Amino acid sequence: MFAVSLAGVGLTIAIPLVTRAIIDGPITRHELAPVLPLGLLALALGVLEAVLIFVRRWVQSNAVLGLETDLRRDLYERLQALPMSFHSRWQSGQLLSRVTTDLSAIRRFSGFGLLFLVVNILQVVVVTIVLLTMYWPLGLVVAATAAPIVWLSMRFEKAYVVVSRRVQDQQGDLATQAEEGAVGIRVIKSFGRSDHMARRYDEAALELRATSLDKVRLSAKFWTFLEVIPNLAVVVVLLLGAIGVGRGALTPGELVAFITLLLSLVWPVSSLGVILAMAQEAMTAAARVLEIFDTEPDIVAGDQRVRSPRGHLRFEHVHFAFPDDPDQPVLRDVNLDVAPGQTLALVGATGSGKTALTALVPRLFDVTGGRVTIDGVDVRDLDLAVLRSLVATAFEEPTLFSMSARENVTLGRSDADEDDVLAALEIAQAGFVHDLPWGLDTRIGEQGLSLSGGQRQRLALARAVLAQPAVLVLDDTLSALDVHTEKLVEEALSNVLSETTGLVVAHRASTVLLADRVALLEHGTITHVGTHRELLETVPAYRDLLAADPVPPADPDAPTAAPRAAGRTAGASGAPTNEGARA
Amino acid sequence: MSTSTQQWRGVASDDIEGELTAETSTRLAGRSRRLLRELLRPWRRALWWLMVVVVVENAARLSIPYLVKEGIDTGIPPIRASGDLEPLLLVVGLVLVATVTQAIARNLFLVRSGVMGQDILLSIRRRVFRHFQVLSPAFHDRYTSGRVISRQTSDVDAIYEMLESGFDGLVTAALTLVGTSVLLLVLDVKLGVVALLCGPALVLLTNWFRKESARSYRATREKVALVIVHFVESMNGIRAVQAFRREPRNQAIFDDVNDEYRRANLVAFRLVAWFMPGIRLIGNVTIAAVLLYGGYLAYHGEVTVGVLAAFLLYLRQFFEPMMEISQFYNTFQSASAALEKLSGVLEEVPDVPAPTDPVPLLDPRGEVRFDAVRFAYVEGSVVLPGLDLTVPAGQTVALVGTTGAGKTTIAKLATRFYDPTDGAVLLDGIDLRSLAPEDLHRAVVMVTQENYLFSGTIADNIRFGRPDASDEQVEAAARSLGAHEFIEALPQGYATPVSNRGGLLSAGQRQLVAFARAFLADPAVLILDEATSSLDIPSERLVQQALGTILAGRTAVVIAHRLSTVENADRVLVLEHGRIVEDGTPSDLVASGDGRYSDLHQAWVDSLA
Repeated sequence: MFAVSLAGVGLTIAIPLVTRAIIDGPITRHELAPVLPLGLLALALGVLEAVLIFVRRWVQSNAVLGLETDLRRDLYERLQALPMSFHSRWQSGQLLSRVTTDLSAIRRFSGFGLLFLVVNILQVVVVTIVLLTMYWPLGLVVAATAAPIVWLSMRFEKAYVVVSRRVQDQQGDLATQAEEGAVGIRVIKSFGRSDHMARRYDEAALELRATSLDKVRLSAKFWTFLEVIPNLAVVVVLLLGAIGVGRGALTPGELVAFITLLLSLVWPVSSLGVILAMAQEAMTAAARVLEIFDTEPDIVAGDQRVRSPRGHLRFEHVHFAFPDDPDQPVLRDVNLDVAPGQTLALVGATGSGKTALTALVPRLFDVTGGRVTIDGVDVRDLDLAVLRSLVATAFEEPTLFSMSARENVTLGRSDADEDDVLAALEIAQAGFVHDLPWGLDTRIGEQGLSLSGGQRQRLALARAVLAQPAVLVLDDTLSALDVHTEKLVEEALSNVLSETTGLVVAHRASTVLLADRVALLEHGTITHVGTHRELLETVPAYRDLLAADPVPPADPDAPTAAPRAAGRTAGASGAPTNEGARA
Repeated sequence: MSTSTQQWRGVASDDIEGELTAETSTRLAGRSRRLLRELLRPWRRALWWLMVVVVVENAARLSIPYLVKEGIDTGIPPIRASGDLEPLLLVVGLVLVATVTQAIARNLFLVRSGVMGQDILLSIRRRVFRHFQVLSPAFHDRYTSGRVISRQTSDVDAIYEMLESGFDGLVTAALTLVGTSVLLLVLDVKLGVVALLCGPALVLLTNWFRKESARSYRATREKVALVIVHFVESMNGIRAVQAFRREPRNQAIFDDVNDEYRRANLVAFRLVAWFMPGIRLIGNVTIAAVLLYGGYLAYHGEVTVGVLAAFLLYLRQFFEPMMEISQFYNTFQSASAALEKLSGVLEEVPDVPAPTDPVPLLDPRGEVRFDAVRFAYVEGSVVLPGLDLTVPAGQTVALVGTTGAGKTTIAKLATRFYDPTDGAVLLDGIDLRSLAPEDLHRAVVMVTQENYLFSGTIADNIRFGRPDASDEQVEAAARSLGAHEFIEALPQGYATPVSNRGGLLSAGQRQLVAFARAFLADPAVLILDEATSSLDIPSERLVQQALGTILAGRTAVVIAHRLSTVENADRVLVLEHGRIVEDGTPSDLVASGDGRYSDLHQAWVDSLA
């Protein structure tokens, strides 16, 4: 690769030298004979140069793209292996810029920058030497102009990096505003605040405009200087060169070659600044990419397997705190024993640690103390793939991917046959997928058809059921369903749960009834375990969480009673007036 | 697209509508040209002025090789003859003038065109943002937020790219090509003709490249979009990915799209690998031809050394802009695609237009009336066949019914997210369509399950519906909803920033903030669409108590799955297929004993046991 490029440099210099030979030979000495061979030499060199450029580019594009693609694949592989504790720290946007922008920066530098950095420096050095030997006073002039260009380029790059980063940040802010305007449109409309949002957007857009203009002015100044300096060199060279020719110190051919060579230096010299910036950019990008490669997954797979799994789930003195907040324990000394085939409901106020507890079973997070076992084996000793095939979770906020409905449902079992898929959809009351425009092949998610919250939850449930796990975890999976559908789902689920060990996070009494027993989680620890009825009768905290009284409290002393009564009086005059509804 | 890709991605309507007929694309082109003209209209004068500057700049630049020739041909002989420096100094002086002129013009051009580009960009941004704000929620439902965002980011960027590099590059390249050709012919006709023989080859090569690179460019964009979507979704859904051992299949899909992207890129790179040396080859052959023929002519004394030198210098400049032109084409392509999409958005007519001559609404009482309202989201599938309903000012009405009965539709019509297909929705006897949006939304506010909070502090969010509220009023609103305690407990209290995706606040707490926001806005009519469903029972109880405060003294339409919320209403409407089948106070309907409501009530009571 470098050899090819070096040959290219040689040719760039050779062509003006042939020109000189032609001018000084046939023209000055009036000989026609050397013109033809010299001209053909120039032609051959020119063709050779083009061929070499072609070879370089052709070979390079393969190598460089291969490098980029491999790096991207490895990054993706590593990111998929990194645990939840990593992903909860990193936004997907930051990760995305690593696999796109950063990798392109590395590609650009390794494919283009690095090569030209060496080649350009070489070209500058060689040409300057040639010029100095040809006529040293002019050579000195040319060498002298390189200095301000390099100096300016470096200074400019420094300032440019600062202002570009500011532009980037402000672009990010503006994008955030655009996002809020789009995602929050219903709230904005509902409060009639479009003007307010537009003003906020305007402010950010004006700020971005001002910064962008700073950037424009800076680069305008730089590019202008960059063009002026070589032109000034031409002025000096022309002046001194012509005098030199006049006094016989220099041949006319040499002067022409001189000016051609001088102009051939403009690009290599001025691009040094850009290439150095590129190098810096690639360096930063590489550091950002390495940051991910250097993160070791802290959830490491064990090597044990469970031969015929029964699904005996135990929590033994489990402690847990999130990695970014190790001083705030979320779970303290949790002990639970769910026998195979049994279902345990988990009830607790918001923030009591229910979701964290369920995340420990498939090792989305690891315990910080104690252990979780399945059939007597610590989940940390199990092969990760085995463990996660034993446990399936339906999350409260289900994630749907922009893929076909089928691909979404078979997420945990891509080899499931049609009957199993249909059965799972049936259990989850997700029959609506058959009515989608292309049935199960309809693309859903962000890039496809959007589904309601209840529909999404039902698909997520079907996904978990289809995985046929030994332990089924339902993390408040039914919260967005209406009462009627919820009832149907619960009936179907009770069959599944009769054979599977279940862990069910519940907010409603109806969901709790799916379970054999209930555990009450308060401030990160289990305070009571028993049947729904037992807890309802004996534990006031439990009653408080689950029992909404069937009849509104008719308590006249309740603080809200007074305004409420006022509200009613206002409406009393107009007791149900409904002219047409029954017609 | 490979078959495997097709299979996992599934089918969406975009794929099918993707094929454009010739007629549509002509219409689209016309639409984007119109937008471009509109954007440039305020700059017509400035554009002429910029053209002058750019012509001066190029003239100065192109004059330098000519002056070099003059220097060699007329400057050197007097020195040889008598040591007379004057002719040379004159030429050198002219080169200096040309250099300075070029520098000034260049700087002027870059700055002025930069300002113009930024201002055009600003005006597109403003127009697009405002237009999206004007378009109805129905439009946003269809269009999805992802596309709204990319219109305002990547598409606007593509246009900027064209304004920034395109104009400069294209104009300079065109002037250089034309100017150089003319100068070559002026310097020496015969040699000029030989040099310009390369023209047809250049045109052919550039045309081929332009066509091929447009195709490969589009392919690369498509492939990279697939990579990005798959990547972002895997990372956002990493919890599900890991919990369901999706990694191997994800990796296979990613390898697939990643490799397709590589191949698309390779095609693009190889095009350049042919094109760049191709241009260089033509250039080098031309230079060799000029040297050969020039040498021959010089031997016969028909051209001077200076002319030959000038030819070589001009030819160098001649081939450089070819790259610019071919690259500009990609920029132009993506900018025109962006223009097409943006002009499409801007031509979108709001389906809920603001009235031109609004009826003023000074002190709304809050009587809501549906007058023979017929409504269908899509033609042929009627949701409300003909609804007549009057909610007197101050009444709390609960809507009950199965999914699809039309509850949410009623809420959306009352807030004018949609307009009825037939009939009218009236507030205090005024058709909603005759009210100014600001007046309407001051009077009618809807709270849904989707409790979006904006970036900014908690206080900013509560103040959203009433920006002039004092800190005390904000706090009072939070207090009356029982949200004060948890807000105070946050690290910075009311000044705690709400991060974009929440995190800090639980779903219930976010909902309480959303309620406080609605309460502080103090509308005459409040619509709650499933507003409490995401809450757990203690939070719901809290809100339940607060609801008394919120609903007091105003009209309310409440939609709830949970009957605990419904039981507090003054009046219950049971809906079925868009018709009201039962209407009465909750206790009356329960007492009647055989209606749907009393069944629901019984089922609910049973579920609590």
